[in-house]
Amino acid sequence: MSNGYHIVVCGSVVPDPLQTLEPIETPAGPALKNEMLLPAVLDPWAAHALYEAANLAAHAAGSKVWLVSLGARAKLRQVMMTIAQKVSFELVPIDGPASGFIDAHATAALLAEAIQSITGLDRSRLLLFGGWESASRGAGVTMQLIGERLGILDQFQGVDQLTMQPDGAFEILERIEGGRHQVSLCQGPPALFGWATGNLPEPRNNPQIGMANMRAIMPALQRAKTVAPAPDALRYRSASPPKQQRQTRIVKNLSAEEIAREIVAWIEKA
Amino acid sequence: MTKKILLLAHLDESGNGLPKAAGEALGAAVDLAKQLNAPLSIGLIGGDVQAAADSVANSGAQRLLAVTGSEFANPRFASDLLAADALCRAASADLILAPATSRFLRALPGLAHRLNGRVDTHVTSIQVVDGELCATRWFYRQRIEGVFQRDLRPWILLLDSGCHEAYCGPSGKATIEEIAVALSAEARRTTIAGIRAPKSDSQTIRPDAALLFVAGAGWTKKQPDGKSHPEQAESLILGFLRASGASLGGSKSLVDQSGENQAVLGFMTHLNQVGQTGATPRHPKGLSTCCHGEEPHVVGWRFINERRAINLDPNCGWARGKADVLYVADAFDVMAKVNELLKKPQA
Ligand SMILES: Cc1cc2nc3c(=O)[nH]c(=O)nc-3n(C[C@H](O)[C@H](O)[C@H](O)COP(=O)(O)OP(=O)(O)OC[C@H]3O[C@@H](n4cnc5c(N)ncnc54)[C@H](O)[C@@H]3O)c2cc1C
Repeated sequence: MSNGYHIVVCGSVVPDPLQTLEPIETPAGPALKNEMLLPAVLDPWAAHALYEAANLAAHAAGSKVWLVSLGARAKLRQVMMTIAQKVSFELVPIDGPASGFIDAHATAALLAEAIQSITGLDRSRLLLFGGWESASRGAGVTMQLIGERLGILDQFQGVDQLTMQPDGAFEILERIEGGRHQVSLCQGPPALFGWATGNLPEPRNNPQIGMANMRAIMPALQRAKTVAPAPDALRYRSASPPKQQRQTRIVKNLSAEEIAREIVAWIEKA
Repeated sequence: MTKKILLLAHLDESGNGLPKAAGEALGAAVDLAKQLNAPLSIGLIGGDVQAAADSVANSGAQRLLAVTGSEFANPRFASDLLAADALCRAASADLILAPATSRFLRALPGLAHRLNGRVDTHVTSIQVVDGELCATRWFYRQRIEGVFQRDLRPWILLLDSGCHEAYCGPSGKATIEEIAVALSAEARRTTIAGIRAPKSDSQTIRPDAALLFVAGAGWTKKQPDGKSHPEQAESLILGFLRASGASLGGSKSLVDQSGENQAVLGFMTHLNQVGQTGATPRHPKGLSTCCHGEEPHVVGWRFINERRAINLDPNCGWARGKADVLYVADAFDVMAKVNELLKKPQA
């Protein structure tokens, strides 16, 4: 592709998966206890999308990467301190709630609006990236709705591989049941890719990239518009952690042979 | 107030029948139609749907609609969306149930936008409470279970497999109302080039297996003799999978090793990963080996009913209420014995 791609990655911040999450009731619906105090990370599958975007941009001259992120300003700032050191991108921040209990439809509307307002974005070269499911809502809905709002008819989810062909077409591998991939060929941009894990390791932190990114990220964060997603007539009756805590039987003094017998009997029991 | 229910389904990969998840979603739709006293229609998408339509002819559905033809045989966002849109409009449904197959998860959220409706995926149950429909699904990767309602219609609900009894009625002769859908050139920019599956001897992910066998990074770590034994690990794990028919899951630490030049198990890929950034499979039983049982891993076990673990560390995560039984032992020794026992006819 002669002028490269315009790659917009949508990705939000989520609580670090090592944290314990506890739901609480608020007048606006369920929320996480101490949400603002929980350390945050870039949503893992969206992070893979960002690394894939940067890698693709590095191999297609003239390409550019934007990261569009809806989250609380303070959390975005915290996460950018590390993410900005990994790959080059321009941040398009929106200051608002990133909770998993906020409706995907309202979130998609805000993100689509932010993408439409990116100056210089060439929609004919647009590759819209994101995670195939978030670590908050885990629904795989937001990206598709953004794609629909932007009129993108070629959408792919659970993407593990995107290979550019010499004629400008793409070959896409999407996850399907049974640990397999569906292979599709798409004529070219615009297209949407909801990434699964992909094939790239997490890039190492590079302070130089970090400094270059942060020069634009800090002012962008200051300017970020503050929004409140529409409540959208979604009513929660309850939000609760799993009830079951198991009484673990810890077996310490059996021989390998005895344990094996127990396990085989357990496996074979209907 | 629900007026009309539509069950949407696509054909399975054979192109003849319906996927298991579609039978389950139909089971849920039939129950719901009775509870709400609302008429049920079925909408099918596929190449030739007659056999599938016959299999649900006695489900009580008042109308059997279909979008058919070779352009609709394979999954593709643009054509699946157009087909589903046409079926929903023809049925004028305000409640649309569908199986959460990979094909529909890739297209039906977009349908909500076209219909100016709302969509929820990975729904694990639907109930009528005080005359109102409530859906249940998990948030934060299986950490918080939410029950909710929506006022807006149409409401599209994609039901996860394994959450409802499948419909099983006698088949009959179905009369299908074909809905014509024209595909523009834009909707054909993508073509399907097939399915890439691992070679059959490394086909380790078996969604229908009774047992999930999870291997953790301990299998490739230094053992008490100061060395790692990846070849032995590989032969023990593959031997067990062969003998037991179990499905293979892995921890992130283990599957990530393939990119890091460590001693690796060649058959492990990211597709095997269970957990926060992996899969959340459904199996009646799960056996974890050489895996610590950290929370980001164990969230992927939410739908594994009976859980056992083998770990050298009595204080690993599994000991803390995450497994029913923790065997504090060397998994190399135990699995070698398990494989021997599985090979021998039991007395
Ligand atoms: C954003 C994020 C997302 C994540 N997503 C996931 C995810 O999706 N899935 C996931 O699995 N993890 C995930 N993790 C990582 C998770 O926190 C753990 O680091 C990971 O699960 C550890 O893998 P492990 O238990 O195999 O390895 P280790 O922690 O290295 O544990 C190895 C275990 O093997 C045992 N062992 C060693 N030798 C033997 C032997 N001979 N017999 C018996 N036991 C033995 C040891 O006692 C130890 O408990 C995520 C983390 C983050 C931050």
